Amino acid sequence: MAYNCVVPIKQVPDTKRITGEAMNDDGTVNRGALPAIFNPEDLNALELALAIKDKFGGKVTVITMGLPAASAILRESLYRGADETILITDRRCAASDTLATSYILSCAIKKLEYDIVLCGRQAIDGDTAQVGPQLAEKLGVTQITYVEELISLENRLITAKRNTGNGWQEVKCKLPVLLTVIGEANEPRVAAAKKLMKYKKARTPIEIQMQLKLDNPHAKDDELKELVQTKVKELEEKGLLIKQWDLDHLKADLQWCGRDGSPTKVHRIQSVVLTARDSKTVEPSEQGVADMVHELISDKTIS
Amino acid sequence: MISVNRQGEVWVFAEQHGGKLEDIGLELLGRARILGDKLGVKVAAVLIGDEIKGLAEKLCHYGADKIYVLEHPLLEHYQANSYSRVIYDLVHKYKPQIMIYGASPCGRDLAPRVASATKAGLTADCTDLQIGDHETKDTVYKNLLFQIRPAFGGNIIATIINYNRWPQMATVREGVMPMPEPMTARKHEIIVEKVHLTHDELPLEILREHKQEKKVNLKASRIVVSGGAGVGSKENFRLIWDLANALGAAPGATRAAVDLGFIDRDHQVGQTGTTVRPSLYIAVGISGAIQHQAGMSDSQKIIAINNDPQAPIFDIAHYKIIGDLNEIVPKMIKAIKARV
Repeated sequence: MAYNCVVPIKQVPDTKRITGEAMNDDGTVNRGALPAIFNPEDLNALELALAIKDKFGGKVTVITMGLPAASAILRESLYRGADETILITDRRCAASDTLATSYILSCAIKKLEYDIVLCGRQAIDGDTAQVGPQLAEKLGVTQITYVEELISLENRLITAKRNTGNGWQEVKCKLPVLLTVIGEANEPRVAAAKKLMKYKKARTPIEIQMQLKLDNPHAKDDELKELVQTKVKELEEKGLLIKQWDLDHLKADLQWCGRDGSPTKVHRIQSVVLTARDSKTVEPSEQGVADMVHELISDKTIS
Repeated sequence: MISVNRQGEVWVFAEQHGGKLEDIGLELLGRARILGDKLGVKVAAVLIGDEIKGLAEKLCHYGADKIYVLEHPLLEHYQANSYSRVIYDLVHKYKPQIMIYGASPCGRDLAPRVASATKAGLTADCTDLQIGDHETKDTVYKNLLFQIRPAFGGNIIATIINYNRWPQMATVREGVMPMPEPMTARKHEIIVEKVHLTHDELPLEILREHKQEKKVNLKASRIVVSGGAGVGSKENFRLIWDLANALGAAPGATRAAVDLGFIDRDHQVGQTGTTVRPSLYIAVGISGAIQHQAGMSDSQKIIAINNDPQAPIFDIAHYKIIGDLNEIVPKMIKAIKARV
């Protein structure tokens, strides 16, 4: 029995390489200042989806909401074995919090046929772990969070082991289901060379348009439009088109999208103020360290 | 979503498993008490389970004026669908202005599902909660819940608010709010809510469960010795264990060290790990990202060992040792052993 999987993923700034210059004055993140990467736990979610496909058959659809540049992680998904990729890009998505994001993703996923939605537990830029459960609620499906192992999948019944922080739990439910997957679940596969050769040419319509505009600087608008249409069709026939959806295509209710759709707002952003303390510098010598230890013993910090 | 309502109560989700209250709910009641007093509204605990009414009194001792008790055989074991359903109903009936949850695995599974159903805002892993005003171009919003958390790699502290879609909701990690002193003579009111649930609302079948004690009790340790990415390798992390053993201390770690596989996640100190307040905290090879500081800056004494004099950890350290940890830690162990 084959199962269709949908994997919502996120392109995130590599927060391990953050610098102070990466923030805008209004407290939002200047994503341009940081390398953008495939959110690590989303790779674990994709791996689990691909493992399900390998074993049972079915289709893996990867979907992301973001700037046009987020197509990079969709191509990476194709290199690893995804069948279809979709970019949701729309200016009106900007400043979406987790609630608005989950609403927009739910509008897109409802257009697809799915049995299992697989999310990474959390994204490294916010660490909230909220979009998974919120998306499950919006889709009206059961959620299994912190999945570390898929135990069985049989007759549209899934059994999974979830990490409960201080132990584990084995749970079972009917499909459809939404899983959030943790880093310990698996070792994500690397890009397959053959797929990489093929899909490095995969493009979204907006990328096609930008490229053709560069190549044909003097083309009139309608000429350009025609060129784009031809190229889109050509890539589609070769299976190299990354789908691109906007909020109109999703028929999303704009009151739940973007800034307006986000109940959480930023009141204030402060740079970290470190409290000065009575402190002393200890010489890294044997004597320096011994004196410090002695001091801590005499004031009973060390008993 | 409910509309803004100034008389709304301050609610705490009182997490319990197997008839035993988790510490986090009690810790949150301490802060909820402060918020409720500031707003001049009642503080209530939301207690969900089967035959758990007996726990209500304890919640009162820790600061609740009211306890909403939701009992049903189908609520015996936590699951997101059923618990979020009954909380949704309760929120719409009583319209609290604030609801806080522990950022425990259970709270982080539950709160977003409630937030989605109620279309309300939710801020994860707050390190502080305050009441304050927010001003926009044309309006002043008075007495909002300031949901304060480090964000984005730790260079900033963000204060998040929600001024138009209530309840204002947040999760807080265990150990972040100090445990209040229980007061046994407090008056309280128990409200037993009728619960209607069917098996359809419990889609998960829990087949097996295993609870293991955490490998380390960081919260209860007088001394914590933590290592960061600067320790370099799992093998070299031996130094942290050795120093901890010499002191009778608990070994801790930064998230980076855990992610690198130097030590098990149970040992993680910080915003997404355990918050500790020991007498002595020794930070070895730790640069001191704010997420880590959020979990240890209340330590009474802090020793920092790092070869980078610019490391932010030195700004909060009482004893700064600039140099190679591979040389300094053995010297410390030697000095401790010589004295004991």
